[in-house]
Amino acid sequence: MMGQGRVAAWGIGLAALIALPFVYREPYHLHILVLILIWSFAYTSWSMMGRFGLVSLGHGGFMGIGAYVTALLWNHLGLSPWIGIPISMAAAGALALIVGYPCFRFRITGHYFVLVTLALSGIVLQVITATRDYTGGSLGYTPNRTSGNKLLALQFDDKTTWYLIALGVWLFGIVIWHWVDRSMARYALEAISEDEDAAAAAGVDVTAEKLKITLLSALMTALAGALYCQYQMFITPDTVSGIAVSLQMVFAAIVGGLFVSLGPTFGAIITILLAETLRIGFGTKAVGWDNLVYGVLLVLFIIFLPKGILGSLLDRLKPQRKVPRAHEQEAVQAARPGT
Amino acid sequence: MGMQGFLDIFDIYLLEAVINGILLGGVLALLALGLNLIFGVIDVTWICYAELVMIGMYAMYFIVQVYGLSYFVAAPFTILLVAVLGAALHYLVIAPLLTAPPINQLLATGGVLFVLQSFATVAFGIDFRNLGIRLPVLAFGDMNFSYARLLSFLAALVGMVAVYLFMTRTFTGTAIRAISQDRQIMALMGVDTRRIYLITSALGGALAGLAACLLVLQYDVHPFVGLSFGPITFLICVLGGLGNFIGGFIAAFVFAEIISLGGLFSDLEWGYVLAFAFFIVMMFIRPAGLLARRR
Repeated sequence: MMGQGRVAAWGIGLAALIALPFVYREPYHLHILVLILIWSFAYTSWSMMGRFGLVSLGHGGFMGIGAYVTALLWNHLGLSPWIGIPISMAAAGALALIVGYPCFRFRITGHYFVLVTLALSGIVLQVITATRDYTGGSLGYTPNRTSGNKLLALQFDDKTTWYLIALGVWLFGIVIWHWVDRSMARYALEAISEDEDAAAAAGVDVTAEKLKITLLSALMTALAGALYCQYQMFITPDTVSGIAVSLQMVFAAIVGGLFVSLGPTFGAIITILLAETLRIGFGTKAVGWDNLVYGVLLVLFIIFLPKGILGSLLDRLKPQRKVPRAHEQEAVQAARPGT
Repeated sequence: MGMQGFLDIFDIYLLEAVINGILLGGVLALLALGLNLIFGVIDVTWICYAELVMIGMYAMYFIVQVYGLSYFVAAPFTILLVAVLGAALHYLVIAPLLTAPPINQLLATGGVLFVLQSFATVAFGIDFRNLGIRLPVLAFGDMNFSYARLLSFLAALVGMVAVYLFMTRTFTGTAIRAISQDRQIMALMGVDTRRIYLITSALGGALAGLAACLLVLQYDVHPFVGLSFGPITFLICVLGGLGNFIGGFIAAFVFAEIISLGGLFSDLEWGYVLAFAFFIVMMFIRPAGLLARRR
């Protein structure tokens, strides 16, 4: 259970976050905050699976489906995002089940699982590019501006509204993270990530447990994609889908720390601030530089700090907190080569 | 034109697509071989493999187009360059992570994918470039085949035979095969595993370099070109069974046929989509890979 102090800290922090846009209205900074919140939600969604050793590089695909299906339904059928977003989430969920079921049923794990999911995000990108008559291909796609009810179209001009929406969704993600953290599913999934056969022998339904967390993760990621699209009002296959977006999720979650609830959020803050700093620093020459720095940092982090910044900091602060679980111990050992 | 005439033409298109699929399969098999070699010996998956090919394609472009050397002079340089890159990738990224969980090694090569892509973007820009070599089209009856594809197919076959001979006829090749069977025991037998890993990585890189020399004849190079054949290479390796050379070889031709025949009816991208759908179906039928003989 959470201690009194932690509840108070969360309460004060949340109150401050909600109050922020009413006292501070600088549009550029609010824009960065909205982006951080939306991507934090996406990274948290990825880490729901990633923390149990289910490393998926297919999440770029789920995010792309969330963004494009919502926008396409709005533009072509005039379907409000309030209906379009659940449909897009269902589509991403269905795809997750179609790919996930054979993977889990037939014990496709480790390298195999990563490569299959990697191909999935590559294929979603190909489909979006191939259906260029509808999606605009690699040139990108813009949802039509509404002339009617803004709430119905989920299009708002002011940053404060978007900030509050993004904050709500982000908080929802953190709550789900904690809900899973305290559920029986967590113990089952941890057992599976240590030894699938032993877990199955102990009565864990391996396929069902993995499918549940994959479905949850895919649904949340699609929601993140749809929100990103509604906020930015412009999407391209490269910014919401594909291998690069999947790797970006992995990178942020690892930099922040996979095994703590605020790790992915921390990762989003670091990566987005880094990208913005590089963009301002390099100006128009920035194309590519941010990803170059990302890539180098990702390699360095995996070699030297696989538990992430926040995870390592928490460990340092509370050295005798608890005995690390076996898969974390492995990561700790990897962090100190030579021991 | 009567019904019979229509069928004749359809058959010829079909045959042309089937043969083009076989030609495409050669290069895909070469790519799969490199990846399988690395996985089989070092137990690592380089998800930046297609990006190494992309760098090789740029090397070909610069040596041929900018420095004006002949294609056949440029090819050995490119193969050597990518081989060095492969060895460097192992030395700098994989070697420090050999005792880490396998997933960490894989993700680190994901970081390298980012680095190579953005390096190409920063250094060369996002323009599409090509060699400017236009090879003739071979007419055979009513069918047309690109000379470049035929050449690629033959060169890929030669490359694969060379690897086979190296693996079976030389001492180093034998040591590589031995290590892929038992990683621990070979060190006790006096084989320097670190050296073997470096050689294998260089060999994997060289195969990527060869693939680059062949692909640059058919496709324009740009920083994201790796994304158009990387995913399909991974599917081939998984379907054939990671580390299974023969499985990868067969799977490459199966996928190439699907892509080629799928492309007959619509765009090439839909061929990829069909290939992916086929892959999902195959996972239900033969989950342990095409040849179902995982290590």
